[in-house]
Amino acid sequence: MTIDSMRATPRPGEAADPQFVQLLTPEGERVEHPDYPLDLTPDDVRDLYRDLVMVRRIDLEAVALTRQGELGIWASLLGQEAAQIGSGRAMNEHDMAFPTYREHGVAYCRGVDPLNLLGLFRGVNHGGWNPAEHGFHLYTIVIGSQTLHAAGYAMGIQRDGVLGTPGAGAAIAYFGDGATSQGDVNEAFVFASVFNAPVVFFCQNNQWAISEPLERQTRIPLYQRAQGFGFPGVRVDGNDVFACLAVTRAALAQARDGQGPSFVEAYTYRMGAHTTTDDPTRYRHKADEEAWKLKDPIERVRSYLVRNGLADAGFFDSVDADAKTAARALREACLSLPDPEPGAIFEHVYAEPHPLMTAEQEAFAAYLASFEEVTA
Amino acid sequence: MVSGMATKQFKLPDVGEGLTEAEIVKWHVAVGDTVEINQTIVEIETAKAIVELPCPFEGVVSELLADEGVTVDVGVPIISVDVGGDSSGAEAVPREEVLKEDLVPDAAEEAAADAEPEQAKRQPVLVGYGVKPGATKRRQRKGGSVPGSGAGAEAGAGLAGAAHAAGEAHTGGATHATGAAHATGATGAGHPPPAQGGDPTLSVQCDTPPPSPTTEPVDNFSPLAKPPVRKMAKDLGVDLRTLRGTGPNGSITRDDVQAATGNGTTAPTPPAQTGPPVTAPSTEPAPHTPPVGDRVPLKGVRKAMAAAMAQSAFTAPHVTMFHQVDVTETMATARRLRELPDFADVKVSPLLLVAKALLVAVRRHPIANARFDGDAVVMNPSVNLGIAAATDRGLIVPNIKDAQSKTLPELATALKELTETARAGRTTPAAMSGGTITITNIGVFGIDTGTPILTPGESAILAFGQIRDLPWVHEGELAIRKISALALSFDHRVLDGAEGSAVLHDIATMLENPLQALAWT
Repeated sequence: MTIDSMRATPRPGEAADPQFVQLLTPEGERVEHPDYPLDLTPDDVRDLYRDLVMVRRIDLEAVALTRQGELGIWASLLGQEAAQIGSGRAMNEHDMAFPTYREHGVAYCRGVDPLNLLGLFRGVNHGGWNPAEHGFHLYTIVIGSQTLHAAGYAMGIQRDGVLGTPGAGAAIAYFGDGATSQGDVNEAFVFASVFNAPVVFFCQNNQWAISEPLERQTRIPLYQRAQGFGFPGVRVDGNDVFACLAVTRAALAQARDGQGPSFVEAYTYRMGAHTTTDDPTRYRHKADEEAWKLKDPIERVRSYLVRNGLADAGFFDSVDADAKTAARALREACLSLPDPEPGAIFEHVYAEPHPLMTAEQEAFAAYLASFEEVTA
Repeated sequence: MVSGMATKQFKLPDVGEGLTEAEIVKWHVAVGDTVEINQTIVEIETAKAIVELPCPFEGVVSELLADEGVTVDVGVPIISVDVGGDSSGAEAVPREEVLKEDLVPDAAEEAAADAEPEQAKRQPVLVGYGVKPGATKRRQRKGGSVPGSGAGAEAGAGLAGAAHAAGEAHTGGATHATGAAHATGATGAGHPPPAQGGDPTLSVQCDTPPPSPTTEPVDNFSPLAKPPVRKMAKDLGVDLRTLRGTGPNGSITRDDVQAATGNGTTAPTPPAQTGPPVTAPSTEPAPHTPPVGDRVPLKGVRKAMAAAMAQSAFTAPHVTMFHQVDVTETMATARRLRELPDFADVKVSPLLLVAKALLVAVRRHPIANARFDGDAVVMNPSVNLGIAAATDRGLIVPNIKDAQSKTLPELATALKELTETARAGRTTPAAMSGGTITITNIGVFGIDTGTPILTPGESAILAFGQIRDLPWVHEGELAIRKISALALSFDHRVLDGAEGSAVLHDIATMLENPLQALAWT
């Protein structure tokens, strides 16, 4: 039996012909969808292209730094750039994102310095950005628990009484296909649904939960699960930045208007390993990766720009050069990240001074001071 | 190359959360090559994956410090790159300047501190958990809670204990005779990289196991004690390894530590309680210590084999059946097949016909190709025929996918490819996964038969012994015939004795009379 003949019957969870919202084909042709009109200026498209290239380059640099022993681990977003940039650029200043540990592209859109992400995986900070400032929560390592945080945050927005006003924001929860099997995620669906909370559940279905294929998570296409919980679900081409932008915009707009939660399944593929400690050649076929390579999220935007005469070689070269410069700067900044002071761990345990913490901090400081200074 | 060019060394990083070593699989660069940042320089294999390492520097490769095929500890330099510019300060990697002292107490560090008291600067610790002992160094405490000579004595005592445990005399921490890697780790603490990298083979070719990152560096022995007890022992200058624990599971208690200080010595004679002998006295070798021998660390394929075989042997109840078989006709058939144009490019070995016979038997008894899955037996839809292959690196079992659908020439081709790939060391993890049944051709070792252990997840394995000319009763008379022996081990949760016997009997019948295979296909 060959790979092709195995593919003849669709896997459970995978429609034979996935019906999804697509506005830009893998060949870079613009197509229309009746429910999701999208008007982008040439500048908008060029900006999206730049975003995609930048986050891929930043991601590659982080992978390399991990391979060089400078980061402990890294979860690459390779292949998922469009899902992240499209949804990330759909947010407004009032929205709040609840990421996993792979949302480097969304973090980029929310103005979080990538150096903070690297610091987290270098073990010198715990993220280090202020979620309220960026509308981007700290990375969540536990699978799926951020969906509950998002649902709770969304219920808080309801209680602020701002829904339907121009200042309204919504919550958006990021998670993967594997997380849909988590109890937390299903609980979040229930809460969001019955309270009609303003939250978008944005699932990047990258086909793999580490080494477990999608067929081990679901017997129906994931977006159809939403129906059972009582809110709409839609599948979008996760490698199409236009479609991800349009669909997420619509979903967030509905949430901000008080129309309740929705589920977006961005159908994509994790082109790299789960994390740098994983080896996907142990459980999947190269042919699958090759097939998805043809659907690359960046190439199709590039084709679109070229096809429509919206960018020339000079533009692409300058974007590449900028990405390279940014990566170099990121590398240097990462290598000179200071280790935190040993006592810093006590500082953020409680928001306010706490007698036990103070006592422990003092005892620890005294312990540290008990060592003789060593002259180099 | 300009003289005075600065050289930087790239130390093997922990690329997989807590790995301690990796094998150099393939260098992608050679001495004299120009390299860029993030250019792939080497492929390494860890316990988790084969990964390509990108170069952290740009410059010209001046030295490869580890050969292909060698297993290197995390933290050992593997390549030197001339990065140009002034050599002064080239080693002043920003990492080193900002790193703080590690606070984890460690006897090796103390040994290092003793040996190299002037060395204060710490090596850059590679991120991840695979921190090499000796890469950190403990500072002296103020106020003499550890006397000036105490650190040395403590470390010396610790090393002595370890050396005796290994049944070997020694005179000092830094000269610990068998532990080349350890000595490197100990004396290398605080050295600038060139000093440690001067003879990288010293550590990478060492036969002793790499130091575990969380235990004592001189051996694998770490006394059981709760953290507060450890702290107390440390504060009192008591080496836990010299104590015999009286707590649960032989753990060392506060009282044990206090008793030790009461004796007025940092290396007291163990109390007379019965209990697990956690250490030997520091002055005389323990009489029951086994003789020392080279420890060959289990690595890569051999490590995987050990784990797989133990898992299989202790989870699947094996039954092995034997059958002697007259393969004279099989040999004759093989000869005749070789003359067919269909087999012009491939080898027609007895193994090929054994494989075919097994496939036919499986077709008649699909249960032999099933697998046990908790509360059910899962019938595998296709036969992925594993062939146990002895390679330079150890036993591997790549399999031929969908073997049941292959014609005999196709099967021969697949067998040829499989063995050639295995011999070349290029077998992929994918080729080794998904097997459903296995043949092990122990005949190539000149062996008659044995009791093979199932490949984990499979239900049957056939051992094919050597073929010998033996006296045999053939058609009522003694004759010299080609005789071999078959052994079939099977998972008795999946197959019962009757089914196992039928499979083995069918195979034997087809090898005695290859025409029978025609009747059954």
